[in-house]
Amino acid sequence: MRLWRRIRAWSLRLVNVFAGERSRRTDRSFADEIECHLQFHIDDNLRLGMSPGQARREAILILGGLEMTKQSYRERNTIPWIDDLLHDLHYALRQLRRSRGFTVTAVLMLALGIGASAAMFAFADAALIKPLPYRDPNRIAAVTESVKLFGRANLSYPDYLDWKRLNTVFSSFDIYGGGGGLLNTPTGALPVSTLRVSDGFFHTLGVAPILGRDFRTGEDLPGTANIVMLSYAGWQKWFNGRPDVVGQKTTLNGLPYTVIGVMPESFDFAPRAGTQFYMPFQAKGECDLRRSCHGLEGIARLKDGVTMQAALAEMKSIAAQLERQYPGDNRGQGAAVDPLSAIIVGNVRPILLTLLAGAGLLLMIACVNVASLLLVRSESRRREIAVRGALGASRARLMRQFVTESVLLVVLGCALGLGLAYATMRIISGLIPKFMMVRTPFLQGLGLNSHVLLFVAGIAVMAVCLFAITPLLRLPLNRMRDGLTEGSRGSAGRFWRRFGANLVVLELTIAVILLVGAGLLGKSFYKLLHVSSNFNTEHLAMVDVMVPETLYPKDEDTVRLQQQILSRVGALPGVESVGMTSTPPLSFNGNTNWIRFVGRPYNGEHNEVNMRDVSADYIKTLQAKMLRGRAFSEREDGTKPPVIIINQTLAKMYFPNQDPIGQHIGDTDLSPKSIREVVGVVDDIKEGSLDQDMWPTAYYPMYQDENNYFTLMVRTSHSEESILPTLVSTIHSIDPGLGTADPTTMEERTRTSPTAYLHRSSAWLVGGFAVLALLLGVVGLYGVVAYSVSQRTREIGVRMALGAQRSSVHNLVMREAGRLTLIGIAAGLVCSVGAAMLMRGLLFGTAAWDAGTLAAVAAILGLSAMLASYIPAHRAASVNPVDALRAE
Amino acid sequence: MGERADVWQGTLALMVLKTIEMMGPQHGYGIARRIEQTSGNLLSLNYGTLYPSLLKLEQEGAIASEWGVSENNRKAKFYKLTRAGRRQLEQAARNWQQTTAILDRFLSPVEDQA
Repeated sequence: MRLWRRIRAWSLRLVNVFAGERSRRTDRSFADEIECHLQFHIDDNLRLGMSPGQARREAILILGGLEMTKQSYRERNTIPWIDDLLHDLHYALRQLRRSRGFTVTAVLMLALGIGASAAMFAFADAALIKPLPYRDPNRIAAVTESVKLFGRANLSYPDYLDWKRLNTVFSSFDIYGGGGGLLNTPTGALPVSTLRVSDGFFHTLGVAPILGRDFRTGEDLPGTANIVMLSYAGWQKWFNGRPDVVGQKTTLNGLPYTVIGVMPESFDFAPRAGTQFYMPFQAKGECDLRRSCHGLEGIARLKDGVTMQAALAEMKSIAAQLERQYPGDNRGQGAAVDPLSAIIVGNVRPILLTLLAGAGLLLMIACVNVASLLLVRSESRRREIAVRGALGASRARLMRQFVTESVLLVVLGCALGLGLAYATMRIISGLIPKFMMVRTPFLQGLGLNSHVLLFVAGIAVMAVCLFAITPLLRLPLNRMRDGLTEGSRGSAGRFWRRFGANLVVLELTIAVILLVGAGLLGKSFYKLLHVSSNFNTEHLAMVDVMVPETLYPKDEDTVRLQQQILSRVGALPGVESVGMTSTPPLSFNGNTNWIRFVGRPYNGEHNEVNMRDVSADYIKTLQAKMLRGRAFSEREDGTKPPVIIINQTLAKMYFPNQDPIGQHIGDTDLSPKSIREVVGVVDDIKEGSLDQDMWPTAYYPMYQDENNYFTLMVRTSHSEESILPTLVSTIHSIDPGLGTADPTTMEERTRTSPTAYLHRSSAWLVGGFAVLALLLGVVGLYGVVAYSVSQRTREIGVRMALGAQRSSVHNLVMREAGRLTLIGIAAGLVCSVGAAMLMRGLLFGTAAWDAGTLAAVAAILGLSAMLASYIPAHRAASVNPVDALRAE
Repeated sequence: MGERADVWQGTLALMVLKTIEMMGPQHGYGIARRIEQTSGNLLSLNYGTLYPSLLKLEQEGAIASEWGVSENNRKAKFYKLTRAGRRQLEQAARNWQQTTAILDRFLSPVEDQA
């Protein structure tokens, strides 16, 4: 009842706030009512014998004042603070509209800063904050073995079985491995991405199929039925999304498989994104059963209450136990347990954080710029504020006016900034190539979600506080009268000049940091692209070839096929030479072997080296240098003595003062058939990605090993791109059952490699931020100098009237600007070395204190700053002293 | 005559409602005059404070107003009690009597009977 009365009263008052005409009518009506009241009272007073004047005075006195009464009536009729707010808003809008230049500049700057940081935050949020699309993703660990060379290496199947049996920290522990497969289709064999997983794989991730069933326990053991789980995309692509797909037969790698289920559309296993077929592991073949053959990776769900650290400690002790048990196979094999999310977003995390920091700095510059604009404006509004104060506006009321104005500015800036952020995100995610997008499935949920809006709201609140406080610092709220005095100019400028100058120094400092950051990243990128790969990357075409085991069961058949491919492709017009390799250069370090040297003492250490099977013409095709000895010959197959070529790093590492040619290398047991004679030393062909170190590498003759999956490298005399379609069709014309994948050129591959992509994108984005920062910083400097000149016109006039030369006035201004610039640059250089140290993980071949970059940045900023202050200095110097003095 | 007391917070509305109930439809001046008289001129009332209070009661729906003509032929705005206002008055009066009764027991304690 009481509540209802209150609601009724408040809503009526609220309506009156907005109903302008109605409240004016109420005012008039109340004026009438009061007039009547006074008349009644005056009548009574007259009757008591007062004079008419006295009667009225007495009546008004007892009423408590005419205006006071009207005022308190009005306050009861509406809601005063909302009423004031509307007035303030109205006034603020009028103010902003009147100084349109200021408004547009300020809003644009804010929008720029907010847009950039919101967009970057959205990326960081999507990648680093949002959970992975699995059940309880924080409890999933990525578990592998570790060795000195890798850190995280792969698991072997026997080790996995032992780990799974012995551990007490995981509620479930599963593996995945393998990669390509060939799918039989009506148009021939097509390469598809497959993954062999243990039975509980999907269960551990906490994702269930939308059609059919999950793998059952034990279905991953050898000798069980061939079954396959489809990804949603695989179901759509190969089975047209048919609802009756469960139970269908399909042929993979020449073997029949039965489809048992389809995973949901939202599911993708990020470390192996794009996988279409999941098969149960079903150990088979020599590698699966050998303890020293590491090809798998593990995922595990932590038991309740177990931390990653505890899990890691236990896995390490289990690994140590296995190392004692199997000293030959497991020497140096430790354990690595990391959150799955760290494995998935690991390499983009530092980049995103850097970009976020860059955007944050840009936002800071924008805010500082707007704040200093507000300072200038408040200077020119002293009179207005003083007048309003004199007319009775309270201090609080005046302050509220400034808060309202800054809220309005910030709201406009935020609205525009969000639009900008949305556009930026759209553009950037459009620019992300598909291969990056599959690796970063978390970016697909990118958008202006609640996190981003909250982030922007946080920025907005801080900006409002900053912008409301800044002009208040400057305003003579307690010395209103000063503001009213005519020609108030002189000393007032001093405080402002110092404060404004400090702001500009801050801006310049930030600009330097961003410029240095961009310079270092740019230089790293340049260095990365120009890293010496020790072979000729130009005019090199490449394609992956898959040979189904079912079609070519015997090694001799495969060798004959490979020879046929080499001769057919080599005969194509424009082809200079053709080679084959099991792993193309500039892809990754890995696929390693342990080697041992004949005739040297050995105590079981694992000498880990990259291992590549290459054809005779491979080194010639790459145009890499043979440093000693000879290349392989085309006739070196299984019937010839086993030979090996080593790279220079291996030679230096293991044959420091010795001629390696003629030495013998074998496996850890020196089993007779593993022993090979070193016949050549080749220059260090870069096997790993651009930013990886050179590893010792051993090359085996292609025909002395089994290879069903290899990469064809083709050196052409001219455009390597145009030959790609011919290359693919030639291979298919030899046997339509062969699979081909990824026809590309070496340069394209390098350019679009994830390493290059990450470095390039961070360099460009930070570069963009830096350019904007430079622009804003210089504009800020210009503003400060120009304002200070305009404030000092009189002083300059006096100086010139007293005989100062134009050049000395010019120098006076330039000296001040130069001082600010120097301080800004010096502070910026110091800070940027610190900032660069923080992001040195992103730098490649470039020191954080790279002198060239620092000098270039200082020069660029110094020049732009001088240019920006030249204009006001020139204007100051061309002041006509007579005009300047008269103007006062 | 001692000092005149100020009107306590919240009691004005009750006085206004009671006055209108007693007098029937009445204009602001009449209500103010009547309150002063009823208090035996012990209350110091700025007549102006009456109007926001009337407005509040009207917004809450306890009273309604309309323009009319007074007995000496002057135009004036008359306030009258609504049904909701009557209920509000009853309840408020009850509450107030209870409060004063309690306070009274504290201020003038009856000697123990035993």
